Amino acid sequence: MLTVIIDYDSGNLHSAEKAFQRMAAETHAGDVIVSTKPEDVARADRIVLPGDGAFPACRQQLSDHRGIYEALEQAVIKEGRPFMGICVGMQMLATISHEYQDTDGFDWVKGHVRKIAPEDPALKVPHMGWNDLVIDCAHPVLDGVTTGDHAYFVHSYHFVVDNSDERLAHCDYAGDITAIVGRDNMMGMQFHPEKSQAAGLRMIANFLTWTP
Amino acid sequence: MLKTRIIPCLDVAEGRTVKGVNFVDLIDAGDPVEQARAYDAAGADELCFLDIKATHENRGTMFDLATRTAEQCFMPLTIGGGVRSPDDVRDLLLAGADKVSFNSAAVADPDVIARSADRFGSQCIVVAIDAKTIGHDADGKPNKWGIFTHGGRKAALDKDGNPIDAVEFAMLMEQKGAGEILLTSMDRDGTRAGFNLPLTRAISDAVHVPVIASGGVGNLDHLVEGVTEGGASAVLAASIFHFGDYTIREAKEHMAAAGIPMRLT
Repeated sequence: MLTVIIDYDSGNLHSAEKAFQRMAAETHAGDVIVSTKPEDVARADRIVLPGDGAFPACRQQLSDHRGIYEALEQAVIKEGRPFMGICVGMQMLATISHEYQDTDGFDWVKGHVRKIAPEDPALKVPHMGWNDLVIDCAHPVLDGVTTGDHAYFVHSYHFVVDNSDERLAHCDYAGDITAIVGRDNMMGMQFHPEKSQAAGLRMIANFLTWTP
Repeated sequence: MLKTRIIPCLDVAEGRTVKGVNFVDLIDAGDPVEQARAYDAAGADELCFLDIKATHENRGTMFDLATRTAEQCFMPLTIGGGVRSPDDVRDLLLAGADKVSFNSAAVADPDVIARSADRFGSQCIVVAIDAKTIGHDADGKPNKWGIFTHGGRKAALDKDGNPIDAVEFAMLMEQKGAGEILLTSMDRDGTRAGFNLPLTRAISDAVHVPVIASGGVGNLDHLVEGVTEGGASAVLAASIFHFGDYTIREAKEHMAAAGIPMRLT
């Protein structure tokens, strides 16, 4: 079994790599590697798209790493292999992002990425820190995670999904913030599971053993 | 609801913690990775490593520390000290940092913040501002603060030779793309007399990004005041935790009892 974390010059790759490796060892889920190569994506059993950065720059990097998007689409859409996007990697699933400019996402989960605009002007943006999750839909990757568990968020834009069935969890920041999206074999987390201590590691372990 | 964060900060030089840390349960009291593990287990919300020497030849040591910490601590890690360029940010993120803090380089060239935020996003770009009171109102209340660089040793001046105003600088940093301000009061740092609350309030009110209050914590009421009076989104402290005066848990319970939303795990 091989899990590939895609390196596209964006993201806290080492912390994601270490968290996935640790949970892969605990769950006997095989190897975890970080790679920029489409051929590694093509042979991966599971794929993780991390992200720490501005949407347009990340999208551009994905386009610049020739063949990587095509390999992703083949593996995730055509072959149905488990996929997890994290933070901007989750937002990439959207139809379009309005961060700085309008940029097309993958359009795998219908919706828009918009600036967080809390109703309370005293609230700061980025939405940064620990917030408690509200689980909207049960999902194998959320096994053992309950409403009230905390996750670590750092973002200024959020994913507003068109189809409420595809929002698996949210949190409150003077309004709903989508925390987890998912459908079929794909999911995305706005927070950083690799930085969310016990609850985050649990979700990573669940993902590594998930058979959609 | 978003919780207020408590962030222990470790001053590191050549791979070892300086300013003693005095945890009873540590195997090696000078190893930042051991301390990071202890804080992770204690429920700290984030960690901060400040490379206080930050010479070029020491960078490798810091990368190694970040890597070893990321292998064992699954919580956010900010690294600061000697960060000068977007490539420095990339190297630290790759090594294991989640956020990177600029200080002197942001004063010398504010656009380095824009270049870094454009490439990696505002969420991982912190600007550390070291401020000192330089003016008072008619009632003797501090109302003007200048910024200092190079570990607080050098007053930062604009091109006309005037002190750079800390509030204006914080606003400039936000405009350039900083995602967070780490605000240290040079008047209070090390005094245990509490945060400089008028300074903290002035900066928190002036910017929309989170402000981390730092410098001067001596007791748990100081942490509460930093949030309720200073308006900070997070509080950073070193010695009260390092020396075991208070545990992270005690601090969180004290702040929660004062009505501040905290993550009690």
